[in-house]
Amino acid sequence: MDCDGVVSGVRMGEASEEVHVLAVDDSLVDRKVIERLLKILACKVTAVDSGLRALEYLGLDQHKIPSQSNGFVEGLKVDLIITDYCMPGMTGYDLLKKIKESSTFREIPVVIMSSENILPRIDRCLEEGAEDFIVKPVKLSDVKRLKDYGVGGRINKRKLPDTTEPDLSSSPPSDSSSLLSSSPSISPSPPSIIDSPIRRLKMTTATHD
Amino acid sequence: MEVGQMQRQWIDYTRSLFIEGFLDAQFLQLEQLQDDNNPDFVVEVVSLFFQDSHKLLNDLTVALDQKSVDFKMVDAHVHQLKGSSSSIGAQRVKNCCIAFRNLCEEQNIDGCLKCLHQVKQECCLVKNKLETLFRLEQQIMAAGGSIPLMELSF
Repeated sequence: MDCDGVVSGVRMGEASEEVHVLAVDDSLVDRKVIERLLKILACKVTAVDSGLRALEYLGLDQHKIPSQSNGFVEGLKVDLIITDYCMPGMTGYDLLKKIKESSTFREIPVVIMSSENILPRIDRCLEEGAEDFIVKPVKLSDVKRLKDYGVGGRINKRKLPDTTEPDLSSSPPSDSSSLLSSSPSISPSPPSIIDSPIRRLKMTTATHD
Repeated sequence: MEVGQMQRQWIDYTRSLFIEGFLDAQFLQLEQLQDDNNPDFVVEVVSLFFQDSHKLLNDLTVALDQKSVDFKMVDAHVHQLKGSSSSIGAQRVKNCCIAFRNLCEEQNIDGCLKCLHQVKQECCLVKNKLETLFRLEQQIMAAGGSIPLMELSF
């Protein structure tokens, strides 16, 4: 069981304030890596191996009785979904569409990962509402950028925290935890548009409005 | 052998793996994810890779042995192998997979068989190299030393 005492750096508060990420990837190796990357950034991670399992987890699978397939699962809180694009059966794109069709989950930021840097694919995903697109192999710098989406998303839905001070019960942010000290996790503003290379790409190709 | 010597040996060996193209920057990324609370992370991920690749290589052997080869399926397996080798930084395996996929697209059976042989060899090579590396690491730790931090400066 993961020990919260391991977490260093700035935290939002108690364990329930952790960013909860649902990671979807059919590759066992990639699931292990993404899980570790997210845990290093103090996220809670649920990793599943297919789009179908992801939908099941969210309570969106069609096999349940209609009243249950609107995605209401008691106590479930998912702040970010990160999914591989190429998966057998349901692709990450299909999963993205299903999530965006759901009134319960359409606000959750979805990030797509792919080993292939195919521009039309990236565009299609962004147009369907993906927040960002990561080219594999996934690195810590990729995931650090994502964490702001999860945090930003939750802050937009709730009241802003009263204080930006670190939780007094955990150890103060130290310089040795350079992983977290550079990106403040309590930031009242959503991630800057400039921070995402994908957004930058979109901005330079879009016409001025 | 004393710790300093072992550490120098580790550095030289690691450097050679990068120079010879067996490993790329992604491997270093994995090492950065390892810490005192997760001291076996790299070994665990690498083990998963070899379990995965073993199965994929078997599946590929069977798929290419069919009277009528399903190139889409072969490509799907190679794509998976390419992905996981890329995720652990096994560069030569990954590059082999890239060539393999091109041959699948061309539906070139002979080319695919040769490539399969090559991929198997590359997996075997990098497996041995990494096992040697991990053994060196164990020896260093057992002698009370620590693994040096490696940066790619070449």
